[in-house]
Amino acid sequence: MFCRLAGRPDDPSGLPFPDSWKDCTVKRSGSETSKVPFWRDIRVLRAVAQFVFLMGVVALILWAISNYRQRGMIFSYSFLDEAASFDLAEGIEFEPTDTYARAFLVGVLNTIRVAVVGIVLATLLGLFTGIARLSGNWLLSKIAIVYIEIIRNTPLLVQLFFLYFAVILKLPRLSSAVVLPGPAFVSNRGIVAPWPRLAEAFRLWWPFLLLALAAAIVLIVIRRRTRARIGRPSIRGFWVLACLILIPLAGWFIVPGRPLRLDIPELIEKSGGVIKVEGGVTLSSEFTALLLGLVIYTGAYIAEVVRSGLQSVAKGQTEAARAQGFTNGQIMRLIVLPQALRVIIPPLISQYLNLTKNSSLAIAIGFLDLYAVSQTMLNQSGRVVEVFFMIMGSYLTISLSISLVMNIVNKRMQIVER
Amino acid sequence: MSEASDIAPPRVEVGVLGWLKKNLFSPWYNALLTVASLAFVVFVLRAVLRWALFSARWEVVTTNLKVFLIGRYPASEAWRVIASLAIVAVLAGLTWAFRKAKDRPIRRWLVLAWIASFPVIGILLRGFGEDNPFMPRVSAEVWSGLLLTLVLAIVGIVASFPIGVLMALGRRSRLPVIKVLCTVYIETIRGVPLISVLFMSQLMLPLFLPPHIRLATVMRALIGITLFSSAYTAENVRGGLAAVPRGQYEAAQAVGLNKALMMILIVLPQALRNVIPAIVGQFTALFKDTTLVVIVGLLELLGIGKAVTGQKQFIGLHQEVYFFVAVLFFICCYLMSYGSRRLEKSLGVGER
Repeated sequence: MFCRLAGRPDDPSGLPFPDSWKDCTVKRSGSETSKVPFWRDIRVLRAVAQFVFLMGVVALILWAISNYRQRGMIFSYSFLDEAASFDLAEGIEFEPTDTYARAFLVGVLNTIRVAVVGIVLATLLGLFTGIARLSGNWLLSKIAIVYIEIIRNTPLLVQLFFLYFAVILKLPRLSSAVVLPGPAFVSNRGIVAPWPRLAEAFRLWWPFLLLALAAAIVLIVIRRRTRARIGRPSIRGFWVLACLILIPLAGWFIVPGRPLRLDIPELIEKSGGVIKVEGGVTLSSEFTALLLGLVIYTGAYIAEVVRSGLQSVAKGQTEAARAQGFTNGQIMRLIVLPQALRVIIPPLISQYLNLTKNSSLAIAIGFLDLYAVSQTMLNQSGRVVEVFFMIMGSYLTISLSISLVMNIVNKRMQIVER
Repeated sequence: MSEASDIAPPRVEVGVLGWLKKNLFSPWYNALLTVASLAFVVFVLRAVLRWALFSARWEVVTTNLKVFLIGRYPASEAWRVIASLAIVAVLAGLTWAFRKAKDRPIRRWLVLAWIASFPVIGILLRGFGEDNPFMPRVSAEVWSGLLLTLVLAIVGIVASFPIGVLMALGRRSRLPVIKVLCTVYIETIRGVPLISVLFMSQLMLPLFLPPHIRLATVMRALIGITLFSSAYTAENVRGGLAAVPRGQYEAAQAVGLNKALMMILIVLPQALRNVIPAIVGQFTALFKDTTLVVIVGLLELLGIGKAVTGQKQFIGLHQEVYFFVAVLFFICCYLMSYGSRRLEKSLGVGER
């Protein structure tokens, strides 16, 4: 009879083996049968190996901590409640008297802001470029290839340096800023553009927004139900859109006064010939450079993701759809995209994560993201290890949140097997 | 032959005109698109050429060419860098020449030569004692420019390889403790930006080492890059391991190999062959990522560029300098990704 020494036979495939093998015993000298000695019992050996490995890791950590203690360092987060005594020029309001904790929050919010705007814009750019790359138009597809190859084969940091030092800082000064229609002022201090702000009448107007949203949701639910029952929706999607636009529009005219007002920036000459800009929304030059850099860089990668996704849909699908009389738009919307998205979404998630992680390069051009603020906190407080864990924790949390959201999207997109 | 094939195709479907019509002007909106793209191309090319030919001051690059390549490495010792390059070039040439050789000994010697070249080049670059007449010590602190970029990228990828393979095996291990520890390591590193790992190796690592151990900045950056890169290598290798069919494991066991031998002789050679293109891709990414050490104060190619823009006579020439740096990176990375595609084809990855 074939018999292994003990335990489950040692194979990586994890195939189940008959239980009777576990109780195998080894014939020893003479007729006496005995259990396998413990030093050859694979279960014992495994436990010992893991224990030794774990002890090694623990010993390494303890050794490191003792070295740390020897330098007279203590681990404590009490500095977070102290006044930061430095100023932050970017993001939500911050005074030097505010705490370190709030300074870190400013950094985290700045990172989230640049990441969210960046992800939206990079997706649009990548989608457009990816489709252009596959376009039948020879010139357009060649432009897309050149863009993708140049961007993917140079480091992001070089691109950021070029954008910031060689392009944005070389723009005219504020006093002779380029004026775009709007008016928006483009200068080496960044972009100032008009921005809608809430006015007094918004108090009366927001119920209309809520009503529109509620009506739209009700319509969508009804559409879903009827589609599940009779195979096609009873209400056309057009009405959902109409609901979302018409109700707020009606409210706009019913409410006295304007609920939103456009905050238009103006150049104002202060005493002493100092030119300042007031009103509107300001995108600092650092934010603009970082955002542009991240969007252009990630856009090139997303373009390749989109291209491979679209190419993964078999040609027969398009041909069959055309034979059935679908229009080009319908083929894209109903046949190609749903299949391509299954291929596109997983690598798209990792591109989103990359964009978020790459936003940490902000420090090189002086944008106050979470990493740059942490560096300032570190210089002020000298708390290396504490700050390090805060950086790691924040990035891991942001990364995990993005993958969580995208994985839910992905699950809904994946093929439903019958 | 049927008669249909004797009829010449319509005039506008062939030749230059036909090509133009088909690829640029076929439906009306394509014509609009073409005109718009053409205007865009002309605009960009004109602006770039006008700048590059007339207004750019390229002397900032030509005078500093040596600085870009070897940075602050002493000029009198530059021959050592050239000698190192020569060693690599000769070995690469030999490898290329014998790439199809079935001759086992030659290939084995080549592998050994490659391995031996590392310490040789290391000694060549670093030198011996302070006042050695032949090769004085050039401390790692003054390595800079393209030289440092190459050192960081190559040492990073080579050092991360064995760690990555072990991590990949650990992640597939059936021992829960090892599996969990490896997984946590890999996922943590992959979830944070490289700059935070460099932060750890630059600022935190010295605090956790005994006071008498002092590491050079370059060394600490290398540790950070290696730790970071090994997590990505591990994931690539894990992909390669997963692609080895289960039958290979079973066959290895059937002929009586133990687990270690099964891995070394049967599984790993096949897995690693599968991951070569991915590793080359990772190397390209790492090569680009080495620019990040500029943030912790090292002067690799980009850092040298930044320093050059601060030179008194060339102050503010950011456009020329960063353009040149970008072109250098582009040439290297494009060649690497081209090579990787060729390699993928010649290895027949995904085919059996």
